[in-house]
Amino acid sequence: MKINKLYLALFIFALIAPAALYPVFLMKVLCFALFACAFNLLLGFVGLLSFGHAAFLGTGGYVTGYLMMHTGVTPEIGIICGTICAGLLGAFYGKLAVKREGIYFAMVTLALSQLAFFFYLQAPFTGGEDGMQGVPRGHLFGIIDLADNMSMYYFVLAIFIFGFWMIHRTIHSPFGQVLKAIRENEPRAISLGYNVNDYKWVAFIISSALAGLAGSTKTLVFQLASLTDVHWHMSGEVVLMTLLGGMGTIFGPLLGAGAVVAIQNYLSGGEMGNYVSIIMGVIFVVCVLAFRNGIVGEINKVIKRNFGS
Amino acid sequence: MSADYVLQTIDLRKDFKGFTAVEDVNLNIERGTIHALIGPNGAGKTTVFNLLTKFLTPTTGKILYNGTDITAMEPAAIARMGVIRSFQISAVFPHLSVLENVRVSLQRTEGNSFHFWKSEKILDGLNDRAMELLESVGLQEYADTVTVDLPYGRKRALEIATTLALEPELMLLDEPTQGMGHEDIDLVADLIKKVSVGRTILMVEHNLHVVSKLADKITVLQRGAILTEGDYQTVSADPRVREAYMGVSEDEEVIDSSDKAKAVAAEEADV
Repeated sequence: MKINKLYLALFIFALIAPAALYPVFLMKVLCFALFACAFNLLLGFVGLLSFGHAAFLGTGGYVTGYLMMHTGVTPEIGIICGTICAGLLGAFYGKLAVKREGIYFAMVTLALSQLAFFFYLQAPFTGGEDGMQGVPRGHLFGIIDLADNMSMYYFVLAIFIFGFWMIHRTIHSPFGQVLKAIRENEPRAISLGYNVNDYKWVAFIISSALAGLAGSTKTLVFQLASLTDVHWHMSGEVVLMTLLGGMGTIFGPLLGAGAVVAIQNYLSGGEMGNYVSIIMGVIFVVCVLAFRNGIVGEINKVIKRNFGS
Repeated sequence: MSADYVLQTIDLRKDFKGFTAVEDVNLNIERGTIHALIGPNGAGKTTVFNLLTKFLTPTTGKILYNGTDITAMEPAAIARMGVIRSFQISAVFPHLSVLENVRVSLQRTEGNSFHFWKSEKILDGLNDRAMELLESVGLQEYADTVTVDLPYGRKRALEIATTLALEPELMLLDEPTQGMGHEDIDLVADLIKKVSVGRTILMVEHNLHVVSKLADKITVLQRGAILTEGDYQTVSADPRVREAYMGVSEDEEVIDSSDKAKAVAAEEADV
């Protein structure tokens, strides 16, 4: 009940937000929030730290960008194709990665995503260092012109809500129950007869497809697909967003992405622009040392301590 | 002949880099019995256990379950055939509720465990069965508690309920009373006795009081090999068993003591 009211309040806020805040900034927040939520599905609910999620973000972006520029498909088709391609890549990468655990899982995903990075660096259609520029936003369903930032914003919001709902549903499904069991005690889950690697694999595919969805959407928003999105910095940034917001919480990644994007935007405009990396690093260290549960995690703790039944 | 045996091992052996932890072990677990595996520290009990549950792969030898060779199978696969193990430290899902712990176990045979698009509410249909299982181990009033908050003995009881949910044919219990106080030990021992009806149980156990109370047959391991086998009377009268436990064969020392201090002293004597 309480949580439903919170959803409603957030939804209303999201509807009226572009009146007060710059829509492109909001869209950026939503794209990264979706990316972080997808990442959190693996880290927070299965206990898998992927260090290669940029590969899926970038794949979604490049595929959508290419289709929009060269085939003239409508944006929804472009986004769906980008999502599917990222999911397929995730199916391939995930199959290999889930065979390992812990730090080895992180290293395997990092290595595989670097493969993707070099592929996109060399492949002729991506534009290499320049990236794909001037990707048209097109007309949604062939009717609504997305060049208008307000239409684009509500389209992005709809995509975000879909992705968020998808993750919420996955967590609160019979499948999600098994995922939580695996996170809590993997040997016990095995001894109950679950093929844990298959469950991890499916979760990996869902997560990578949604990361691809975020990347596809981001490409349309900025009309640009570039190497930044496949670079391992991006994989690191999503870890920061998730930890800052609160790993394993529903709203944590949303808040974390909002905070990180807001800080970056705010700083890059002023004279502090050169110090963005240092400041983000300090935030990361403080987060890990002082409030390991992230913003939402700490709030939950305070609520539980003071109002818990 | 082999029809009477649920589980058999044939010349089971496990080497760890030049060290033989388990050497040519031939176990025969009879259907419908409680079989205990005992032995001093480092005798290879847990290794045997991990071999049987496939958490380790044997170097040589075979494992037969109901006459089928399961040596090469995955741990999850033998679990689906009805061989369910427990762990030395309590194996629960700490941040799920007590009811959810049992439900995760019941859920597997429902065939919806990959359905990420469905609401978890469809699992509520399993609640009645889960409550029955919790009642059978005396945990019904804790159903909504987060498992991490349960006392240790209750966690072990929950673990047994979770295992029972799978209707196992063979239960493998790894030191079910380890780290427990006296009240809890009796509680769990009674519970094992109660759930053993119609099933076969193989347990590794340090507490000889529990072994004497429960086990139909005892296998004593020492340095990775079987020292002797038989019922409690036979085994406890065997001088070699006393020697293995006490380091020296003293006639006045009796083995059937549940005194923890004595066991510790025995281990030290062994070193």
